[in-house]
Amino acid sequence: MYLGRVVGCVWSTAKDSRLEGMRMLVVQPLTPELENTGKRIVCADCTGAGAGEIVYWVRGKEASFAFLPAEPPVDTTIVGIVDSVHLKRPAKNRGRKANSC
Amino acid sequence: MLIARVIGELVATQKHPSHEGRKLLLVQPLNLDGSNRGDAVVALDAVDAGIGDRVLLATEGFSATTSVDRTRAPIDMSVIGYIDQIELLPGVS
Repeated sequence: MYLGRVVGCVWSTAKDSRLEGMRMLVVQPLTPELENTGKRIVCADCTGAGAGEIVYWVRGKEASFAFLPAEPPVDTTIVGIVDSVHLKRPAKNRGRKANSC
Repeated sequence: MLIARVIGELVATQKHPSHEGRKLLLVQPLNLDGSNRGDAVVALDAVDAGIGDRVLLATEGFSATTSVDRTRAPIDMSVIGYIDQIELLPGVS
């Protein structure tokens, strides 16, 4: 799973029927220090997350399991809204590296 | 599976029901020399790991979900063990 911040919404009218009624949000991936990293992606949402909220999202086939028994064709889904992050790591390791996401 | 270090914990009250009852850890994947390997990720905890522990991280759905006894759940990463020691052949780093 990965950290991210909701930065937008996507509307789509012509889409796979299993995606009907599903919220699609634009998510900016974040580092644990809550700095932007990598490119923005579109995620389905099973939590009711809103604009600006910090969330965590899951990638791959497991993303569709959030909507069981339906298995919509999604590959990234927001599965939780983050209340707080407790971070403890040495300052020397805080350098960012390029993310492949 | 990846070598990683636990660097923090997340608190999330509103989350998928399959994540209830397990800690959410922030883990930083590591290279063999201990340097960071990409960005930190969020993983469910299967072994009661704590901040600072060096752990084994499953990064694929089947292994991640079975290790926390939740099959067909939206989980793609979990901490599945502690690492006590890594022994390498001479010249490998």
